[in-house]
Amino acid sequence: MPVAELTRWPRLLVAKAMGIARDNNWTVGLLVFLGVLLVFTKIINPFYGVTGVQGLANSVLPLALAAVAQAVVVIAGGIDLSIASIMALTSCITAKLMQDQSPEFGVAVVVGVLLLGLLLGAINGALVVITRVPDIIVTLGTSFVWAGFALLVLQAPGGRTAQWLKDLVIGPLGSEWIPKAAVALAIVVAVIWIPVSRSRLGLSIYAMGSNQLAAFRSGVSVGRTKVLAYVLTGLFATLGGLALAASTGVGTPVPDATYVLLSIAATVLGGVSLAGGVGGVFGPVVAVIVLQLIRTDMTFLRVDPNLGLVAQGVILIAVLVFGSWIQIRRSRR
Amino acid sequence: MTAVPGAAERRPAALTWRNILRDYPLIPLSVLFVLLVTAVEIGQSGTVSQHWIAVIVRASVPLAILAACQTLTMLTGGIDLSIGYIASMAGFVTATFINQPGGWQLGIVIALGAACLAGLVSGVGVGVFKVHPLIMTLGMGLIVYGFANVWQLRMVQTGAGIPVELKSFGTGLADLGYLNVEVPYNLLAFVPLAVVIILGLRRSGYGRMLYAIGDNPTAARLSGVRSWQVLIILYLISGLLAGIAGLIAAGLAQTASVTLVQSSLLPSVAAAVIGGTSILGGRGGYSGTILGALILTVLTALLTILGLPEPWRLIVFGSIVVLVAAAYTRVTAES
Repeated sequence: MPVAELTRWPRLLVAKAMGIARDNNWTVGLLVFLGVLLVFTKIINPFYGVTGVQGLANSVLPLALAAVAQAVVVIAGGIDLSIASIMALTSCITAKLMQDQSPEFGVAVVVGVLLLGLLLGAINGALVVITRVPDIIVTLGTSFVWAGFALLVLQAPGGRTAQWLKDLVIGPLGSEWIPKAAVALAIVVAVIWIPVSRSRLGLSIYAMGSNQLAAFRSGVSVGRTKVLAYVLTGLFATLGGLALAASTGVGTPVPDATYVLLSIAATVLGGVSLAGGVGGVFGPVVAVIVLQLIRTDMTFLRVDPNLGLVAQGVILIAVLVFGSWIQIRRSRR
Repeated sequence: MTAVPGAAERRPAALTWRNILRDYPLIPLSVLFVLLVTAVEIGQSGTVSQHWIAVIVRASVPLAILAACQTLTMLTGGIDLSIGYIASMAGFVTATFINQPGGWQLGIVIALGAACLAGLVSGVGVGVFKVHPLIMTLGMGLIVYGFANVWQLRMVQTGAGIPVELKSFGTGLADLGYLNVEVPYNLLAFVPLAVVIILGLRRSGYGRMLYAIGDNPTAARLSGVRSWQVLIILYLISGLLAGIAGLIAAGLAQTASVTLVQSSLLPSVAAAVIGGTSILGGRGGYSGTILGALILTVLTALLTILGLPEPWRLIVFGSIVVLVAAAYTRVTAES
């Protein structure tokens, strides 16, 4: 009996691990791919080490937050084309107000900007709910509006981010192998998304994303849930804007359109279905790292960095074609 | 003789503003266009002239062609986000061939060939592999942009320039002397194109299949529409149109770069939406889109005349997109 008990535990653990892997096989596959990619990076460039990891983390942080922002709203069955504009607006306000001010004032600025991000998200969500215009059109329109306000704040890249904000995300923490950016990302996601996804709101978001009508008939307040999903997206996009301001040190008023494109690409590569209701935010973050690391590798291989863009596009399409090919074959059986 | 129940009640729909906007969107759009032109004249009297109209039309043509890509793909419930990069690539590739053997004529052939190829691949992804059009064309845009950059690095020594023929085609105003009106050259190319698209959508079987797929894909499939073939051809057409728009835009701007037309991507979606095409598919048409492109161009001109700087232009622009889309959704909602 004790022997059986002893042999049962490892088996249970293995079974449990297998279960988790099966439920998240897309993310596990991505992680394996990331591992292979890291080994490959080390092989083609034996000097890839601490500085490489730190640089990667710093360049990934704003994009990863943008991907998380996009993932939340896509899970809820929407899409947000205004993320890059929100990032531009919030980073401009941060850099402009922080210039030559005390750290205490800087903290107030950060709090204010985060509240503004909630408001921008709420406006996006409220417009989608009230006008019943498709999400993609509403956020296309608001992306112009937020970008316009960003240009009103700063006509050209300028302002200066407070040193403490930069210190918060740049550099190592404790061991030189642990970038602060990675820790900041983990904390932000753990503090905001994990509690939300386990709450009633999280359940409502997934329910609404997978079938809005069914969610409505099950008593989910669809309008409120949608607005709150956009509020979360606004919050993460604003955090991305703060990260952008911290890593570049200035505010940049012209939104980088590739942020929107790459956030959608990473969301989908990360296993979130554009139809909604499927996936999480961990996969998209891994996808962002993969996409960024591929570009780094291209530089190491002395390949034209522009082919990195081609590679990102090819990978995006190849993964999706492969995924849907498997689904088509499955459904034919 | 048996009375048909309800026959007496059947009347043509009352001409409320709601029905007009739903059934004849061209009327309110034309009114809006005239209002904007009037506002320009009031804002700076003496601006509106035959020459000014020709200039506005000339500037609208590339946007209108790009918006055609969005209109056609949106009718099937899709969207094409690759056209900005495809159009820029087409203009740029042509410009690099000006000093090469074969000349710019060969450049145009290669550029349009590449544009068609990109559209074809997108079409295969969307039609055969059922990849979401948003993502498929997004990835295709990145690929085209990357290759265009590679091409740029390779050709940087040879120098580039817009062929004179393309310049005059993009910017030239033909003077129809006896009528005393100026007509932009590019309009002469655009009119047949627009007629083909409008008639093709209304009269041809292919055009109806686009509406059918967008309205109800399952019903279309069960009626024998081979969606995958329709979609492959659709995205190929979209790529070709984007290439043509890129050539005209490069001629108009008298310069070429790999990002020249990218800033027109979102306005092209906006023009189609303002023109009454639904992004959900199955509803809309190209004539509204043309007016949408004209309205956006005049609006830009008006904001410039009013002295509103770029930021306010963006804000007004975005608000109008949301407002117009909301108005359409309101009148076309099933109630």
